[in-house]
Amino acid sequence: MHGVIDPAIAGALAPAEAPHGPLLSVRDLTVEFSTRKGIVQAVKNVDLTVAKGETVGIVGESGSGKSVTSYTVMRILDRAGRIAEGSIVFSGLDLAYAPERQMRDLRGREMSMIFQNPRAALNPIRKVGHQIGDVLLHHLQAQPSNVKEKVIDILNQVRIARPEERYHAYPFELSGGMCQRIVIALALACRPQLMIADEPTTGLDVTTQKAVMDLVTELTRARGMSTILITHDLGLAATYCDTVMVMEKGRVVETAPAERIFRDPQHPYTRKLMRATPRPGITLRDLLPEGEAPAAPAEGAAVRAAEGAGTPLLKVENLVKEYPRQGAPVAMLAALFGKAPPKEDGIFRAVDGLSFEVKKGESVGLVGESGCGKSTTSTIVMRLIDASSGKITFDGADIGAIPAKEFAHHPIRKRIQMVFQDPTESLNPRYTASRAIADPLLRMAGMSGGAKLRAKVEELAAMVGLPGDLLDRFPHQLSGGQKARVGIARAIALNPDLVILDEPTAALDVSVQAVVLNLLEELKQTLGMSYLFVSHDLHVVKLLCDRVIVMRHGRMVEEGASDQVLEAPKDAYTRELIAAIPHPPV
Amino acid sequence: MLKLIGSRLATAVPSLIGVVIVTFLLTRVLPGDTAAYFAGPAATPQAIAEIRTKLGLDKPLPAQFLDYVTALAKGDLGSSLSTGQPVATEIRNRLPASAELTLAGLILALLIAIPYGIAAAVKQGTWVDHSCRILTTAGVSLPVFFTGLLLVYVFYFKLGWAPAPLGRLDAFASPPPEVTGFYLIDSLIAGDFETFRASAAQLVIPAVTLAIFALAPIARMTRASMLAVLSSEFVRTARAAGLTPYKVIIVYAFRNAMLPVITTLGMVFSFLLGANVLVEKVFAWPGIGSYAVEALITSDFAPVQGFVLAMAVLYIVLNLLIDIAYGVIDPRARSEA
Repeated sequence: MHGVIDPAIAGALAPAEAPHGPLLSVRDLTVEFSTRKGIVQAVKNVDLTVAKGETVGIVGESGSGKSVTSYTVMRILDRAGRIAEGSIVFSGLDLAYAPERQMRDLRGREMSMIFQNPRAALNPIRKVGHQIGDVLLHHLQAQPSNVKEKVIDILNQVRIARPEERYHAYPFELSGGMCQRIVIALALACRPQLMIADEPTTGLDVTTQKAVMDLVTELTRARGMSTILITHDLGLAATYCDTVMVMEKGRVVETAPAERIFRDPQHPYTRKLMRATPRPGITLRDLLPEGEAPAAPAEGAAVRAAEGAGTPLLKVENLVKEYPRQGAPVAMLAALFGKAPPKEDGIFRAVDGLSFEVKKGESVGLVGESGCGKSTTSTIVMRLIDASSGKITFDGADIGAIPAKEFAHHPIRKRIQMVFQDPTESLNPRYTASRAIADPLLRMAGMSGGAKLRAKVEELAAMVGLPGDLLDRFPHQLSGGQKARVGIARAIALNPDLVILDEPTAALDVSVQAVVLNLLEELKQTLGMSYLFVSHDLHVVKLLCDRVIVMRHGRMVEEGASDQVLEAPKDAYTRELIAAIPHPPV
Repeated sequence: MLKLIGSRLATAVPSLIGVVIVTFLLTRVLPGDTAAYFAGPAATPQAIAEIRTKLGLDKPLPAQFLDYVTALAKGDLGSSLSTGQPVATEIRNRLPASAELTLAGLILALLIAIPYGIAAAVKQGTWVDHSCRILTTAGVSLPVFFTGLLLVYVFYFKLGWAPAPLGRLDAFASPPPEVTGFYLIDSLIAGDFETFRASAAQLVIPAVTLAIFALAPIARMTRASMLAVLSSEFVRTARAAGLTPYKVIIVYAFRNAMLPVITTLGMVFSFLLGANVLVEKVFAWPGIGSYAVEALITSDFAPVQGFVLAMAVLYIVLNLLIDIAYGVIDPRARSEA
């Protein structure tokens, strides 16, 4: 074959090779990785069948082997991994032992892949049009003379506005959703028969997620393609897949049609995952496995909350945070020559006149998509950065007037604490768990080392359910959930009045998220703290918060009791946000 | 792009001012009395004082500095006390010799180190990788005067392949008519292949000496940055799209891996400027390095100041070139400016 292959002919040829039977059939696949600790089996005896035109979801938590399975199908495992056993038959070809040259021909043309984190999946210093063009040229789907035309055609298909202009864009000039469309364009460029989507929407906003998933579904359906959707999100799998395969620790625990697996999960692990997925009409307790409800809070613990209930603890009035649109280096250079930094009309308002209140013992959710100003707001309330204007009152004291630099030494600092988004990144890798928890005690409570400190740390660890023998471990020796507990223990060490939770469960698996959310609720009851919960996930916010504030472009679009906002949203944007969240049909 | 160049040039101005001040002060605090040295061991105190007045060394430091800066503004770097020649002329005559040697060494190092670094990263853990490690360890741990002398011993003394290490051309050849000051280029312009061959023969061993020294950091950096890029997600995407290994390694991985290597080049070049001084001594190379060392030994201010200033300007120009190269390769750097 030479010259340009007409995609229609190529598409017609391939199925002829295997007129009957599935497109992809993986049998008894075992994949091993050689590590320093010896050989580890990442995937054990996995069977997977994908029929033509079918969408199969592989669902599982981190470490379940779902990504490794798909990389093995594409044969793009890294050096340490190898197929120990099993067969992978793709339209009549055994891929498990196919030579690399043959695999290269198949990759991109017959099977392709889209990845998590679309921006990182694109070459940062190559124009996106050229990146798509590379694939077309390599698989002889275009010639240098007509490649640009074909790329623009594909960009049009993935609904990129102004494709002629975007052809010359670099990934850093495009939004996350736009980058994912480019990655999809790259994967679909040669009209493959199978597309593997590995967490394609993780890290994207819910409305973007919906747009991207709808696009993928539409395009693959129009081409009669098969899709493997790898995700940790059961809701996503339920909405977009025909068949769902649940994996745990490298094994398949259950495979069933999507409809049935959610109505009638057979395996206990599937049931546990199902329960842990936040969905409408449930309470926090419902997230935990049956019979594992936490003990009721101790008697008389909620006294502190009851004492001051209803009085405002935090009051934010007319908060504004502006950033100059221009790059800082130029302004610096201008300053060097004694010129005032050029006044740009375009000053960007990250937070634009926001006012709200958090009462004592209350949890307030701050919800919105990326760039809505929710994290900026929480950072200002924490007094890590200064607001451009506005007033922040905490328990009667005007903390907005204290410069961010001085707030670290202010007595009120003790009463406001924060739990961060990434449990790993927010712990010092050279501190043990006990040292991390002791940190605020040493710095702000004037405690010094010794038995008393150790006792306090152990007490805190017990409160957050962290086993005492883990206290001397370093962060890399702890699991995600354990690290989250360390972060929470550190935040509550000084018995604060207000805890700011910045997406504390975003990096956690759903089953761990369920436990952490319950822990937070329990601690709130016991210690009578108030929470300011920053999140993009309305369902999660609803479970934990009494009241919710929906933000967009730095402004509040809706505020109200959580149930009310979720069940009867008044604002059109809130409705759109809620509608975009996929959830299992339960 | 012009904006980027402009802003980089503007930031170079304060560094230049700093260099002028520091070199001036540094030469004043160095041990040794210039006047006494110049007057000779038998001079009377009156004679020394006379010379001191003549050189303006009896004035207070600020006044001396003012004199220096005023002259500098006119392009006058002063005159060498030992040779009596104006420093600016000497540097102009000697700089091409040093530049030719340094650039030859650097280009040679790049030609070897970059492919080697790429190969070591692509074939990680194989004999290529291990041999790269051995070579780079040797490169950093052997001082240039040692490798230089060793090469002279083997290739001139033992094997007789190389000409005598005595400067840019052997005594019987005459230099080509000056255009760029680089003998290799000038001889080609003049169409004089005999001189080209002769000067190339003289250049090989000192250039190799410098290259061995320079290739270690470049190869290590190339390897490390290739390894990081090869494990990145966009390389995985490129592989999943079925692109050939050549395209993945060169177009996708290498261009990205080049960015930190280019940054390292700036540092390597400054190391080379230092190493040059020793190499020029070993090979009797008539460059500015050996000129500066001689001046330093005799407490001859003007050439030392001129040398440091010339090096600083060279270094700033090189860094500007590196920033431009960075901007050409990386669109993000362009848009930041």
